[in-house]
Amino acid sequence: MSAPTLPLDMTAPAAKQQGGEAIRFENVTLAFDDKVVLDDISFRLPHGETKALFGVAGSGKSTILKLALGLMKPDSGHIHVLGEDVTQMSEEALFGLRRQIGMVFQESALFDSRTVRENVAFRLMEEGSVSEDEIDRRVREALSFVELERTVDMFPSELSGGMRRRVAIARAIVTQPEILLYDSPTGGLDPVTSTTIVELIVKQRDVYKTSSLMVTHRLQDAFIMATHYFDRNANKMLPLPKGVHCEVPMAFLILRDGKVIFDGDLDDLAKTRDEYIREYIA
Amino acid sequence: MAAGDFQVPLISPAEFAKEKIKALQDYALLTGQSLANLFRRPLYVTDMVQQADLIGVGSLPIVILTGGFTGAVLALNSASTLSRFGSLTLIAQLVSVGMVTELGPVITGLMVAGRNSSGMASELGSMTVTEQIDAMRALGTDPTKKLVTPRVVATVVMLFFLTIISDLLGLVGGNMVSSFLLGLDSRQYWTSAWQSLVWRDVTTGLIKPVLFGFVISTVGCYFGMSTRGGTQGVGRSTTQAVVVASVMILVVDFFVTKLLITLLGYR
Repeated sequence: MSAPTLPLDMTAPAAKQQGGEAIRFENVTLAFDDKVVLDDISFRLPHGETKALFGVAGSGKSTILKLALGLMKPDSGHIHVLGEDVTQMSEEALFGLRRQIGMVFQESALFDSRTVRENVAFRLMEEGSVSEDEIDRRVREALSFVELERTVDMFPSELSGGMRRRVAIARAIVTQPEILLYDSPTGGLDPVTSTTIVELIVKQRDVYKTSSLMVTHRLQDAFIMATHYFDRNANKMLPLPKGVHCEVPMAFLILRDGKVIFDGDLDDLAKTRDEYIREYIA
Repeated sequence: MAAGDFQVPLISPAEFAKEKIKALQDYALLTGQSLANLFRRPLYVTDMVQQADLIGVGSLPIVILTGGFTGAVLALNSASTLSRFGSLTLIAQLVSVGMVTELGPVITGLMVAGRNSSGMASELGSMTVTEQIDAMRALGTDPTKKLVTPRVVATVVMLFFLTIISDLLGLVGGNMVSSFLLGLDSRQYWTSAWQSLVWRDVTTGLIKPVLFGFVISTVGCYFGMSTRGGTQGVGRSTTQAVVVASVMILVVDFFVTKLLITLLGYR
C-alpha cells in the first residue's frame, strides 16, 4: 500500500530537534514483588532515531515504555525525557510532558464509547484552545496519514484490529509529538496490515524525524525498518540502495533477564558473536 | 480432575491487613483528589452535565417507584398499630417524618447505589483493564479530573434532588393508602404531614443524600479504577462496589443521625 501525500505543515515541529537525546535511561531498576524486571539498565535514544526493543515475553519491554511516560516509577535510577527527569516529577507535572509524547498501546486502547473523530481529537479537545474547525482539519490530516478518513464517524468496535491500530497511530501523531512510543504495533496483525503499519512508522521516522521507541516481537518488522526508507517523491517506502547500510536512524536494543545485552545498529547486530542473540535473530 | 486443582492461595493475616490498609489509603487519596480537582482547571462541566443526566434522569423511574411504594407500605403497616390506639390520624405525621428523615434518603441512596455505583465500577473497570485509563494519562489528561470528579459532583447534586422527589412521592403513596384504603381525609393528611415536619427533620433529610451521593460515587469510582484481572475483575469490582456502597450508606446513616441528634437534639 502506498501512503498518501503528507500535509506539509505537519512536518515541521518534530524535525526541528536534532542532536542530543530524546530519552535517556540511567541505571534503572524495577522489581515487582520479588521479581526483578529491569536490572540496572541504561541506554539512550538520540533525537530522530527509532529504537526497536526486543526480548522474550515478560522481559520488561512494555514496562520501559510506561517508565518513559512516567506511568510507572522505577525503584532506582533516573529517566530523562526531553531533558526532564520523569522520576522526580509529580503526576501533575507529568501531564504537561506527556503532551509532547505520543503512545500507541498494544491493544490500541481507543476510547470505546467515543467515535474515531473523538478519539483522534481527544488531545486537541483537552487543550481547550483549539477551534472546532482546526480540530476537524487536524483530525482529517491525521486520519489521511493512516488512510482512514472514511472511518471518522465510526466507533472502535466497528473497526478491524489493523484499523484500530492505525487510528491509535493517528491519535498519537495528531499533535505532532516529539517522541513516539509504540507497544507491539504489529502484534497479532496479518502480514499485509503489518507492512502498512511499518510503512507508517518509517514515514513518521523519515519524514517527521520523530524519535521513537518501538517494542516488537517481530524481527522482520525491525529489519524492514532498518533496510528501507520513506521516499517522499515516490510517496512510499523503498529499500535502501544496494551497498548502503545503516543510513537510516534505526537501532536495536535487546533485553535478557532484565539487562540490556545488545544496543546498536543493524551492522553491529549482524556482527555480534553473542550466542543468545545469534539464536534470537536466526 | 484432581482436588488440588481448586486450591485457593492462603494469605497471611499480616498480608491481608496490609492489603486492606493499602486499599483504604488508595480510597482516601482518590476521594481527596476528587474534591481537590474542584479547585483546579480544567473543570469538566460538560462531563458533569452528561453524568447528571445519566445518574439523575436515568434513576428517576426507580426512585419514583420505590419512593411511592415505600410511603404506601409505611402507611399500610403503621395503620394497624395506630388504629389499635385510636390514633389513625397520626399516619400522615409518621409517614412524613419517616420518609423525610430516614426512608427517603436511605432508599434512594440504596437504589442509586445499586444502579450507578455498579455502573461506574463496570465502566471505569472496563476502561482500566483495556488500558484506556493509561491511554488517557498518556494523552496528558488526569483521569480523576476527567472521570471521577464529574461523577462525584453529578451524584451528589442529583441524589439531593432525587431524595426530595422520593420524599414527595412517599408522601403521595402514603396519602393514596390513607385516602383510598383507610378512608382518611386527604386535606387533613397533607396538613398534618406538613405541620409535623420541623426544620431539624428537613436538615437531616437533606444532609444525608449529600453524604450518600459522595459515598456512592467515590466507592464506585474507586473499585472501577482499581480493577485488575480482565473481565472477571470487572465483574468482581462491580459486585464489590454495590455491596460496599450499600453497607457504607447504612453505616454513614447511623453515624450522621447520631451526630445530628447530638448537634440538633431530639425533636
